[in-house]
Amino acid sequence: MTKLLEVKGLHAGYGQTKVLHGIDFSIEQGSVTTLLGANGAGKTTTLRALCGMIRRSGDVLLNGEQINRKQTEDIVRVGVAHVPDGRGTFTRQTVEENLQLGAMTRGDRAAIAQDMELVFSYFPILKERRTQQAGLLSGGEQQMLAVGRALMLRPKLMLLDEPSFGLAPMITREIFEIFRELNRKEKVSMLVVEQNAQIALELADQAYLLETGRIVFSGRADDIRDDENLRKAYLGY
Amino acid sequence: MELFVQQVIAGISTGSIYACVALAVVMIYVAIGHLNFAQGEMAMFSTFIAWQLITWGVPYWVAFFLTIAISFVGGIVIERVIFKPLDNAPILSHVVMFIALLTIITSAAGFIWDFSIKTFPSPFGSAPLFGSSLISAHQAGMMAVTLLLLLALFFFFRYTRVGLALRASADNPVSARLVGIRVSWMIALGWGLATAIGAVAGMLVAPVVFLEPNMMLGILVYGFAGAVLGGLSSPGGAVLGGFLVGVIENLAGTFIPVIGGELKLTIALCIIVLVLVLKPGGLFGRATIQRV
Amino acid sequence: MSVNLEEAAEHPAVAADIETRPLGRDRMLKIVFGLLILVAAVVLPFVTKSFFVFQVTMVMIYAIAILGLNLLTGFNGQFSLGHAAFYAIGAYTAAILMDKAEVSYVWTLPVAGIVCFVFGFLFGLPALRLEGIYLALATFALSVATPQILKLSPLEHWTGGVQGIVIMKPDAPFGLPLNQDQWLYFFTLIVTALMFWMAHNLLRSRTGRAMMAIRDNPIASRSMGVNNSLYKATTFGISATYTGIAGALGAIVVQFVAPDSFTVVLSIALLVGLVVGGVGWIPGAFFGGLFVLFVPNIAESISKGLSGAFYGLILMFLVFIMPTGVAGFIALIRHKILRRGA
Repeated sequence: MTKLLEVKGLHAGYGQTKVLHGIDFSIEQGSVTTLLGANGAGKTTTLRALCGMIRRSGDVLLNGEQINRKQTEDIVRVGVAHVPDGRGTFTRQTVEENLQLGAMTRGDRAAIAQDMELVFSYFPILKERRTQQAGLLSGGEQQMLAVGRALMLRPKLMLLDEPSFGLAPMITREIFEIFRELNRKEKVSMLVVEQNAQIALELADQAYLLETGRIVFSGRADDIRDDENLRKAYLGY
Repeated sequence: MELFVQQVIAGISTGSIYACVALAVVMIYVAIGHLNFAQGEMAMFSTFIAWQLITWGVPYWVAFFLTIAISFVGGIVIERVIFKPLDNAPILSHVVMFIALLTIITSAAGFIWDFSIKTFPSPFGSAPLFGSSLISAHQAGMMAVTLLLLLALFFFFRYTRVGLALRASADNPVSARLVGIRVSWMIALGWGLATAIGAVAGMLVAPVVFLEPNMMLGILVYGFAGAVLGGLSSPGGAVLGGFLVGVIENLAGTFIPVIGGELKLTIALCIIVLVLVLKPGGLFGRATIQRV
Repeated sequence: MSVNLEEAAEHPAVAADIETRPLGRDRMLKIVFGLLILVAAVVLPFVTKSFFVFQVTMVMIYAIAILGLNLLTGFNGQFSLGHAAFYAIGAYTAAILMDKAEVSYVWTLPVAGIVCFVFGFLFGLPALRLEGIYLALATFALSVATPQILKLSPLEHWTGGVQGIVIMKPDAPFGLPLNQDQWLYFFTLIVTALMFWMAHNLLRSRTGRAMMAIRDNPIASRSMGVNNSLYKATTFGISATYTGIAGALGAIVVQFVAPDSFTVVLSIALLVGLVVGGVGWIPGAFFGGLFVLFVPNIAESISKGLSGAFYGLILMFLVFIMPTGVAGFIALIRHKILRRGA
């Protein structure tokens, strides 16, 4: 069975600075994979490299198809939705317009409308605020909006960059619960990049640990969670 | 009192010129996120093209729409050739590029068509409107076209997909790419539209101020002022701002003693700056609230 | 315009911030270069024609004016299209003092500086609540207003109205064997060196660091207790001082001030000079001055009818090959030379 995403020897960086030194990982269809690591480890860089936002080299295969030479806009069209760090909200547009933008590359009007109702069912607060300017939403609401926008693509793979960032613990919990539901019920495959290892491991099936641009650990999330030594050594808790 | 009303109406009619230009200014601001200082010159050049076509015997309205089409394409070409390569350069480099463009266009226009003043026909005629002395048919026609244009743009931005994509690209280009929008083409489209609108503004204005290479310089400033006053994110605000600038300029010139013709522009600008200091987003702009 | 992290790391202002300790080779290069320039500068007025000496003097004057703009834009992140106003204020201050009050030309400079500081500070206080394009518009208004105000009839007794004021060119002091152009050259050279040295020190001072802090993160600096408005207005004042002193010098050297010499065109020329030299790099102001003085002449000599077009083309060409100005270009070369040595 082809893996959903396969990454081999990914190198990436900014200008003269190299951040990723050839990493390998893969994602199974229908799973939640988490990429953990401290600040500066290269987690955000990894997602940006997958999306073609920065210069990269190596092999990236989505369902067996090479995407490492494609432009961001084309990678989106093959079904990769990226929820960037900082949410990337279109602050001057309304909540509803933000969601419509998520479906920009799709043509099927009826299905798009249906999907919007689906997003509203998961995030009722967005329905309440649908005509409000998106920049006025709170951090948690903007995170929901960003995820909703990604869902509007009907993505094959959703990339989430530090969804817990800047959110109160309760809201984070709420949001991660919704991620779990999205994964189980809607069968959305996810790659979640997180600093908050604890909550990420509760959600994920598979985990990778990134340290200064290299993968130093990979395994099932359950295994890491249960292995106290491993946790203390790499994740600090 | 009568003088006041007269000046207000006179102000509105000159204001319609500024409103049209202000619309073009906002259009490009919405599309690319900053102002195009060469816009006036580009509009002037378009108007010269129209004049040339008419001089060659092309009927007015054919020349009108042909010029719009040529300007649209021209704007896209300029963006692709000159500004796209500068994508990663700092803003000031862009500003200087605009300045360079400005000098080239003005110089070229003067070279091709020389600096003598030319008359430009009006499709509405210059007779007073319904015999009234307040406003001529052309001025009324100018206002009507500006409002029509505004309406068209409103629908375009609000209710079409491309309009939304354009707005989103200006709002957050990185996120726009992440939803699959080809931001680079949106910018080119924005330029094309802005240049086309500028052409309309130029062709409407030329019968009143007469056609010569420096015709847009003074007007552009008023146009900017109107756009900023109305709030740069709002086409409707820009048009209103343009009318307001016309009225303010006229009233200031008439009622404040020291100011003769010379200081009108200064006073208008000062008032606008004052408004901005008090209300930074412009009168109708949506102030983007930044949550810290 | 997208944020490009690669380019950000390469920007000269950032690179300069990063570079704290110059390597031995780098320092040596700087010293050798500096000495060469010093020798050339001292010898120049004795081996070239008077008109050329006058032109180089003007280059230095524009350099000071551009440095003023640089201090504002590069180190405080703000954008001004209004500096012709301060140049004009400085010029007229000098002219009026020399014409009406028989003050020696030397003293007009500090007075012009102070006057401009006050104007700059006062203008900066309200104006700097505006940002980006709005500030540009406000400063643009200032530029447009200046010649018009200078032509106002009530002020004619002082300003000389449309015709302006004519001044006498000073002679070399202490009976030095220099003609007027040569003396003014050296005078300007000394003033220029002084101004640049002061700017250099300003940036390394606490005030300088505060200015850069405000540029980089206004919210953070405010929460650290830096009084933003005061610093911003002060920056504007200092920037105005530099351009004003340049204006005063300009008046003395050109021997003439008139309202139409100080229009928006001058403001734009200064801005162009700033970008060509490179924002955030002090020596860049010289390259800016060179551009402002010589390129319009070059353009005209290529084609009288299309001089504007050629000016624009030359400018475009420069911006294409050096988007961050000469500063970026030199940073690149230094990088290559240092690399090869390491």
